[in-house]
Amino acid sequence: MSKSDLNIFLEFSAGAELLFGNIKRRQVTLNGDEKWTIRKLLKWMHANILTERPELFIQDDSVRPGILVLVNDTDWELLGELEYEIQPNDNILFISTLHGG
Amino acid sequence: MPIKCKTECGRNAVLKRPKTSDALCKECFFAAFEAEIHYTIITNKLFTKGEKVAVAASGGKDSTVLAYVLKLLNDRHDYGLQLILLSIDEGITGYRDDSLETVKKNRDDYQIPLKILSYDELYGWTMDRIVGQIGRSNNCTFCGVFRRQALDRGAKQLEVDSIATGHNADDIAETVLMNILRGDTARLRRCTDIRTGGGENTIPRVKPLKYTYEKEIVMYAHFKKLVYFSTECVFAPNAYRGHARAYLKDLERVRPSVIMDIIHSGEQLLFKDTVKKPVRGICERCGFVSSQQPCKACILLEGLNRGLPKLGIGKKSKGDRMRLKQDKELALRERANLVKNDF
Ligand SMILES: [Zn+2]
Ligand SMILES: [Zn+2]
Repeated sequence: MSKSDLNIFLEFSAGAELLFGNIKRRQVTLNGDEKWTIRKLLKWMHANILTERPELFIQDDSVRPGILVLVNDTDWELLGELEYEIQPNDNILFISTLHGG
Repeated sequence: MPIKCKTECGRNAVLKRPKTSDALCKECFFAAFEAEIHYTIITNKLFTKGEKVAVAASGGKDSTVLAYVLKLLNDRHDYGLQLILLSIDEGITGYRDDSLETVKKNRDDYQIPLKILSYDELYGWTMDRIVGQIGRSNNCTFCGVFRRQALDRGAKQLEVDSIATGHNADDIAETVLMNILRGDTARLRRCTDIRTGGGENTIPRVKPLKYTYEKEIVMYAHFKKLVYFSTECVFAPNAYRGHARAYLKDLERVRPSVIMDIIHSGEQLLFKDTVKKPVRGICERCGFVSSQQPCKACILLEGLNRGLPKLGIGKKSKGDRMRLKQDKELALRERANLVKNDF
């Protein structure tokens, strides 16, 4: 047990959930003693919950272009993208634009 | 620290617009998004008052947003259009079932009447049966050719004045790239047109989302909580388009304006008079637009009905040989039967 847990929610939609065991929303607990950026979170996701065709989600340490990321319903492009520092209870949503029209 | 909306409305920004890099709040984004589509419709004179317009509805994000925004703008600006959703059911188990449910929900939510036409009704074949005949290697050819004509057939049945499709800026930029890579000058010539067809015997098609970025369409649907359906076709994702798309997305990272730049390039292309221009005529068998005789759909259909599903795939000369061979065999068999019956 670490001193503090960092609890956050991960959400997937528009097909992105298909790469993550078809689960649309889940709570995950990260080690709260460490500092977590989205960059680090993506690595963690790759290692722990990305079950299907990782190349459709990850590209060069970031999400594949065409996948939109929203933190608490705000475009991550306004928040520093990979360098955004994750806060307790953050809701991070990944929307695929690559599936279907 | 949250970033404030660029318009100084006082609210926090929720997204960065890909076209302009502006940070906008939800409300200002909705207003800008809708105003730009309205501007596109007005400046290009896409519709005329009193027209009946079919919205090609797949249940996907683009057509869902298109139906929603057209309905909204039609009411807000008094376009005086009679909108109708037109959906095509290819007959792929598990694919359209869910997306048609989505379209039905669009119908109820936006109060727009809906007409669903099936490949079975239009051609006498479902995609499931076609795949049963030809396997999975060429089925996208069938599906695509049939779908293109299905909209024309459906629109004619509904007696509409035009068909609005959900092609967005990203789609069009991809198509420009693909046509360049394939040297398809005929398609390159018209793929950036915001309005196509509309001559005699053809119902015009318009693309109100031509200048709308995909990211904004997805964000708009998300913030408006519009329900749409998203699964790739179960038979095969379009591999070639997928590559063009990935390439474009990579370029966009380095140069955000690349989508508009490519569309602009496509619009400005001029073709020498010596470049062969296909004559767009009418298929003598089915009466729909075609640059060849008979049209591709009719050839594919003939192949299916003859039990020669490869007939329309590949070179025409090969198809002619297949036809000839089968006719000869049939004639031989007939003669054999005649001989037998002589007794
Ligand atoms: Zn604002
Ligand atoms: Zn025909």
